[in-house]
Amino acid sequence: MIELKDVNVVFQVGENTVHACKNIHLTINRGEVFGIVGLSGAGKSTLVRVINLLQKPTSGQVLIHGQDITKLKGRALRKVRLEMGMIFQHFNLISGKTVFENIEFVLKASGVPKEKRKERVTELLKLVDLSDKANVYPANLSGGQKQRVGIARALANNPEILLCDEATSALDLENTEEILNLLQRIREQLNITIVFITHEMEVAKKLFDRVAVMSHGEIVEINDVYSIFAHPVHEVSKSLISKNLNIELPNELLHSFTDGTCIKIFYKGERSMDPIISSVAKKYDVHLSILHGKIDYIHKKPLGILLVHLSGSDTEIQKAKQYIQENVAEMEIIRLDERRELL
Amino acid sequence: MIDQNTIEILQSELLLELGRTFIMVGVSTLLGVMIGGLLGLLLYLTSSDLFFKNKWLNRITGVIVNMIRSFPYIILLIVLLPLSAVIVGTKIGTAAATVPLTIAAIAFFARLAEGAFSEVDRGVLEAAIASGARLSLIFKDVLFVEALPGLIRSITITIISLIGYSAMAGTVGGGGIGDFAIRYGYHRYELGVMFVTVIVIIVIVQLIQWIGDKLAERAMKR
Repeated sequence: MIELKDVNVVFQVGENTVHACKNIHLTINRGEVFGIVGLSGAGKSTLVRVINLLQKPTSGQVLIHGQDITKLKGRALRKVRLEMGMIFQHFNLISGKTVFENIEFVLKASGVPKEKRKERVTELLKLVDLSDKANVYPANLSGGQKQRVGIARALANNPEILLCDEATSALDLENTEEILNLLQRIREQLNITIVFITHEMEVAKKLFDRVAVMSHGEIVEINDVYSIFAHPVHEVSKSLISKNLNIELPNELLHSFTDGTCIKIFYKGERSMDPIISSVAKKYDVHLSILHGKIDYIHKKPLGILLVHLSGSDTEIQKAKQYIQENVAEMEIIRLDERRELL
Repeated sequence: MIDQNTIEILQSELLLELGRTFIMVGVSTLLGVMIGGLLGLLLYLTSSDLFFKNKWLNRITGVIVNMIRSFPYIILLIVLLPLSAVIVGTKIGTAAATVPLTIAAIAFFARLAEGAFSEVDRGVLEAAIASGARLSLIFKDVLFVEALPGLIRSITITIISLIGYSAMAGTVGGGGIGDFAIRYGYHRYELGVMFVTVIVIIVIVQLIQWIGDKLAERAMKR
């Protein structure tokens, strides 16, 4: 378990004082994947580096399994670090050493005897599916492969905690997917606690259990991932997820409707699987056409958005809208005059 | 320009003087790389907040290194003659000339080594620190490995500069190929000797640069 108590980090940059982390209180449970999201400059990287003291906090405590590590030095601090792995945005592999030697390095760090090191590295290479790259230098690997070496290296000493600092931000979509799947698999196999910093909400959706949103050095919201996506409270959370649930129609299409109403329906939580559209079609004398839609599954719960056009008599449309309003999480009417404005 | 006389002079002395240059440059490079390398490491470690940032130690070391580097070599050579007398027991000859050359090499290489160390990617060092490794292991397996191509290039530059400096060794009777060219080519108007010697120096320098580049390239692993 990781606990941060009233952690503050203050930098002095020339004449300016930068308060990178402000009064951070945080408890991360054993075995969970905890995400910290925020825009760049929010202080998330500083915060994750406080956990292994790559960044010393100006004040406050960092407790790992109940032990305050902020006062530790030398051998005692190294011992704590041996029990944490870390992966980085730019992989940070030793360019002059092979994949094998890069992973072996951390085994040397923990004093594993030579004959056992070979065995363990082979095992790790298999875990990250790079057995054929043992004697290759990092420069000859793709980004995804480099990060897999990073993961193997981070896991070599069987740590209980894995810190990930923007670990997918330098990767393309395909490689990101590959790394997230690997982390998911590792998490299931090893029951490791993962702390993951990112600005990519897609990553949050796929990997995290809980998430903290950071803004200007402060944690402004903590919740489980589904709730953050379904019911963001803070402005920053809303703006972070807005891109994710944003769908747009070509203007020409919206303008082509001369009658009826366009509505945007949000599906969230318990009732999102209810067959609302077909109920409306049966109950009222309206025609529904689905213009656009998107459904995400976060922790196996759906979160969706649908753009629908209703046509029929005004009274029937009114009744249908009323019914929909009562049965979905949120409904938004795209007004005709709004469409005119667009013209 | 090149006549029988030229050939006789070259035959009788060129190899001997080459040998003296080799000793002077060899010894000073070896000691310069070892001591200067440690001094460069000290300069780097005391300037890096990842290790032992220490403004005063860094400043003092830096000033001493800069002082040695600001001496025109010919002056350093003379100023350090008493030191030569203490260390090698004489103020003249190849051994006496090697002492100031070594001091110059130490200061010269210290700055280059510091540069090579500080070019090592900070993230890679942070990753090593985060892994819980001992400092000695980080120095040996990360800092040194990553700085190696830069260090090799620095050694190449040092050797070539020292060959240039060693031409002034004649001032204290140190001999060497540079002094040889001056003695015959300048003082005795044996232009042929000067010409051949310069060609030999050019070839040696090219060769050292070529070998240095090859070694650095191999250490790059890219």
